[in-house]
Formats: sequence, C-alpha cells, structure tokens
Amino acid sequence: MNNSELETKRLKREVLIRLIKAFLSEDFPENTRLIPYEMRPKYSEVPFRCCVYKERGILRARTLAGLGFSIEDDDEKTTLATYAKKALERQRPDPNPLTVVESACHSCQAARVYVTDLCQNCVARPCMNSCRFGAISHVNGRSVIDPEKCKKCGMCVASCPYGAIIKTVVPCENACPVGAIAKDEHGFARIDTDKCISCGKCVSACPFGAVHAKSQVIDVLRKIKEGREVIALIAPALMGHIPCKPEQIQDALLKIGFSKVYEVAQGADITATTEAKDFKERLENGAPFMTTSCCAGYNELVKKHLPEIKPYVSDAHTPLYYTAEIVKKEHPDAVTVFISPCFAKRREVLDNPNVNHLINFEELGATLIALGIEIDTCEEKEFEYKSSKEAREFALTGGVANSVVAAWQGEPGAVKPVIVNGLDKTSIRDLRLYAKTGQCQAGNLIEVMCCPGGCIAGNACLGTLKDAFKKVKDYGEQGQSLGKGKE
Amino acid sequence: MEKVKVKICEGTTCFVMGGQAVKSMISTLTEKYKDKIEISSVRCFGTCNKSDSFSKAPYVMVDDEQISSADLEKVIAVIERKLNNE
Ligand code: FES
Repeated sequence: MNNSELETKRLKREVLIRLIKAFLSEDFPENTRLIPYEMRPKYSEVPFRCCVYKERGILRARTLAGLGFSIEDDDEKTTLATYAKKALERQRPDPNPLTVVESACHSCQAARVYVTDLCQNCVARPCMNSCRFGAISHVNGRSVIDPEKCKKCGMCVASCPYGAIIKTVVPCENACPVGAIAKDEHGFARIDTDKCISCGKCVSACPFGAVHAKSQVIDVLRKIKEGREVIALIAPALMGHIPCKPEQIQDALLKIGFSKVYEVAQGADITATTEAKDFKERLENGAPFMTTSCCAGYNELVKKHLPEIKPYVSDAHTPLYYTAEIVKKEHPDAVTVFISPCFAKRREVLDNPNVNHLINFEELGATLIALGIEIDTCEEKEFEYKSSKEAREFALTGGVANSVVAAWQGEPGAVKPVIVNGLDKTSIRDLRLYAKTGQCQAGNLIEVMCCPGGCIAGNACLGTLKDAFKKVKDYGEQGQSLGKGKE
Repeated sequence: MEKVKVKICEGTTCFVMGGQAVKSMISTLTEKYKDKIEISSVRCFGTCNKSDSFSKAPYVMVDDEQISSADLEKVIAVIERKLNNE
C-alpha cells in the first residue's frame, strides 16, 4: 500500500467510525448530519479539495455509502439525518455493492493520448501515418492530436520512435478486469452493474477514494441493539488481519454484541472434501480439468462474462454456504452476518437466504474503534469446532488447491494444481481459452482467486499481505491436516 | 551513540487506521540507517481514546516525540532531526 492509498483508506474508515459512534449516541440522525461538519469545521484546513464546502460535500457522500445508500441516487436535498432514519427502517440492503462519489471524479482527467514536448519534429512522421482516424496534424513543428477525432487506440504511441507520445489512463477503468467502470460524458465514473463482478479493484485503484462499498454495518448494529440473536461467521482471512491472537477474536465479537461466532473454515472443510469427490468423478468421466468454485469474484465472472467455463466449475458450494447451512440449522431464528475480506461476497450473500448480512473487515475494525474495544485485551477462547489446517489456509493463494490435494481419495499424484493468482485481463483470456479448447496444458485442477495473494489480499483488508500470510499460516499449522491418516 | 528509538503502535485503533502498512514502510529504513535506529512494535499508547484522536491514528513515537497520522515521510523527518541533534 502506498501513502495515497493509505490516505483514502483512513478517510473512509474515519467516516465509518464516526457513523457508528453516531449510531451508538443518543441522537443518531442529528449526529450523522454533523459528520461532515465535525470532520471539516469552520475555518479548518482544506487538505484535499478547493474549499471546505466541497470537502464537506464529499464527506456527506461518503457517509451516505456508510449508511448503505447509492450515492448516485442521492437528490442532494435530503439531509443526512433523514437518510439515517431511512437506514433504520430499511428491510433489505441494496443489491449492488459499490457506489461512486461523483463529485470526487471531478479532478480526474479522462483518458487521453497526448504528444509531449519531446516530439522531435521528425521527417517520417510515423504518428500521422499510423493514425487511422486522421486525428494527428502538424502544427508549429510538432504533432498535435485532435481530441475530437482521437479514438484513443494508442497506435501513434506505439509508432513514435522517440516514445514522445503518451496515453494516460483512468485508474478505475484501468484496474477493472471486465470493463465495467468508465467515465460518462460528464466525466463521472459510472459502474455498469450488469458487467460489474464486485471485485473491488476500482475501490483500491482510485487515488481520490471515490468508489465506496455500501455498508450494512448499521443494519447489523440495529439488529444487535434490538436484542436479536445475531451470529458472526468469520472468514478465514480475518485471522491475518486483526492485531491479536486468533483465540481472542471470539471475545471481541461477543463484546460487540454478537451472540455466537463460527469460523467459516468449518464449511471450508466440507468444501474441500466435496470438491475432491467432485473432481474424482469428473476425472473418471474424462473431464480435462476442473476449476474451484469458492471465490465470489470468480463466480460472478463466470455468470456474467465467462459462461463457457461453467461446465468445468466444481459443483461444490463455498465455505460460507456450508457454514451458514449449519448455523441456520442450529439457530433457525438467528440473524447471520458474514465477516468478509472483500466486497464480492456481497453478491453471494444476496443470493443465499441463509446469510442475512455482510460486514467487511474495515467495517468490523471501525466498529471495534467506535466501541472502544481493545482487542489485545480480549479473553482467549477456543472455537467449538476444530477446523483443519487446510481450511484455515483457504484464504491463501494455493490454499484451496492444497485442500483438495489433502482431501483427495483417488490415485496419488493425479491432482495437478494450476494457480490463477488474481483475475485480470490476461488471466481471464487464459481461462476463456481453456474453456473454448477444453484443454489446459498446465494441469487439471485450476484454482481461481480474484485477488493476487488470495482472500488475505481482499480489498477490505486491514493489514499487509506479508504479515497476514504469516499469521494465517501460523494458525493453519496449529490445525490437523485433512490428509492425516491417508499416508 | 544512542540509537533513535522508533516505536510503532499496533493497538486496535492504529492497526485499523493502517498502522501495519506504515510499519512495513518504516521497516525498510533499517537499510538506510543501519544501527542508528531501533524499530519496535508496541501496544496501544493510550493516545487514541481521547475524544477525536482516533482520527489521527496511526501513531508512531520517535524517541520522545509522538507523530500522528504517521507516514513514512513524517517519520523520516523526525529521525533525521534527532540524528542531527536539532
Ligand atoms: S491503538 Fe495506537 S494509540 Fe491506541
């Protein structure tokens, strides 16, 4: 993470903390309305924008996302106080996970191709010849691009022997692996929800922090406050992103008001064994390869952009699916909340009646701060269910493939994992090719993780990848292997 | 010469506000300063729970000087000042 990413993340987290504090206060609507004014009081410094009013405007939009609303649908006339009340009445969270602060897009230039001062005024003029749209002319000893005609194909950039022509990119557009976000005619980034796989790469990429997740934290805290039985289902990645021992997490969540805590690693054990069985049957039936099925970003990708690979995707459900099934069987009336490292799981949660809400690690962290819970002083408590080593390591790249290998009951050595460590345009092209040709030379079990590094690199994570990896690995080492007793 | 002590808070608030990322950036400084500085992680300084002070986390201490909204540049600036005895 660089400084600018850190800066935008801090800002977003501060808004969440203040929002949760407002919720816990005597007057939620009024204290929500005041958030932008408290963060930027009269005569305060203006660290990022042109004036204090614009900063407050943007903070207001960020607060809206924290309340779980679409910033795009805001009429700007409704006060935050009214929105806060509406959030308390809401029955179902908004289906689309991401929303954009349009006014934050204002200072960000659309992608363009530009001839720099380094143009040498050469005789050959390859740029002019390369342009198929007649957009380049020669003015005052230098090539000039007519933005009206330029289609931003980048041919001239490649043609210039001096490398004097550059193409700028829009960070969100550039980061999106499926072309779902783009600036509209007003220069505002728009998310095409039909295309969006909720991977959240644009959230991390935007240097203005314009893309937000619509939070459900108020919905969850409200249900806790109403005295409902609210159960937390924690993703395996959480062990890497919280500054305490894994055994202290339960107590911290109970202090927030959850009535019980389950590790989603419990369901990961079922995913691993189911997937190993599924894979064995497929190989026996002559299938060339199978892909894993637990990454929500990947599952959305398959649904929206890569239906041709669907027949090769394992039928095993996700760890969250199995865990939630167990929880709802044991506690039919409970409200279930998945604690998630990423935004993509929002879609999965929406489609699964056994999971009622999702809050991500950032929102969990903000809740701990707002409540003044110092996690380091929480009591240690073992989980009732002892998850396996492999289940605990599901959150690491290669972890899911490892679990299938450990649970494998067939011929030894038959499983040949291929790891797709992160979805981007290249890896999506590879996957499409495997599906089209029905072949994958590199192996037969394709593990797909949307985020490079696995779930511990999810876009709502708190710590660094390196430290999280170590902590998850350490916790894994304390568990028993699924493959134990096999040898 | 006494080493300059850099203490990075790893309490809940500082961690959530990006403390670990700051720590990993600061860790790269051992190469630059070799045995002139000593970096360690500590538990909550207790600074974060005073009214709005959570918003200025993460906190880093360089000897007796506390840095709020810590980032690499700020920490380097204070280390340099300490090393030059200003
Ligand atoms: S967590 Fe750092 S000062 Fe409290």
